Amino acid sequence: MQPQFATDYPALAPSFSVGDRVRVRATAPLGHIRTPFYIRGHVGEIERLCGSFPNPEELAQMRNGLPAIPLYRVRFRQKEVWPDYKGPATDVVEIEIFQHWLERA
Amino acid sequence: MKDQGRYQPFTYYQLMETSLRELLVEKGIVTDAQVNAEVAAMRGRTPERGSKVVAKAWVDGEYRKRLLANGTKACQELGLEIPGLNLVVVENTPQVHNAIVCTLCSCYPRVLLGIPPDWYKSRNYRSRMVREPRAVLAELGLSIPDTVQIRVHDSTADMRYLVLPMRPKGTEGWDEARLARIVSRDSMIGVAVPSA
Repeated sequence: MQPQFATDYPALAPSFSVGDRVRVRATAPLGHIRTPFYIRGHVGEIERLCGSFPNPEELAQMRNGLPAIPLYRVRFRQKEVWPDYKGPATDVVEIEIFQHWLERA
Repeated sequence: MKDQGRYQPFTYYQLMETSLRELLVEKGIVTDAQVNAEVAAMRGRTPERGSKVVAKAWVDGEYRKRLLANGTKACQELGLEIPGLNLVVVENTPQVHNAIVCTLCSCYPRVLLGIPPDWYKSRNYRSRMVREPRAVLAELGLSIPDTVQIRVHDSTADMRYLVLPMRPKGTEGWDEARLARIVSRDSMIGVAVPSA
């Protein structure tokens, strides 16, 4: 799968492909986390591979964040995220999530 | 109210900014001139930069494809200076309406749209846009029929987003400059749509 943005960092290999169903890990480590709380534990679908970028959790600790981690855009059904969502079942929210926050669903 | 005169004490954040800036200048890491130039550049960037990109995509189908494939390269093609921007362009269609939010902070394509509006940074918009986007859009004056899918993009990491709105009816034959004038900042965030 081609990333949308090519970067030249040493990077981990992508483990997911477009269309794969993934679950966001439901964990709450301390530190600078770019995975919003509201999406943890929810299941979505890989929309695209953005590229590989330094891990922000490491960057926040003044380290280099390498190897870079594949970053995906993941598409979630609103009704799956919010069971009482008022709106059509087709509505979605799409979020960038780093690979180490995802597991196969 | 009693006249308090011209002097007002610094707020907490003003004091923090001034202290940090003065220390960086004192240590020779940046100069006052560099700081001023950066602030001037930031203020000089306006949403017209984004409007130009949208208008070009409206009149040139091949450019539109390149813009959707790689927003960064397509902006550079127009000679826009966009350091550090990984731009994802999402396209509105008769079936899909897109809107942008950053729930974690206030990520925004500043180098393309300038300084974000205050409401974009508000806790109200940031928390409700992912939870009840249709209600938020309606409050902002935009009703989206239930037959149209809403895609909300939460800008959480390294990407920045721009909505490519639909070209409105009644603009046939307009040139790029005239089209660009009807592309508002809000339509590129996805909380409004352009009209002729």
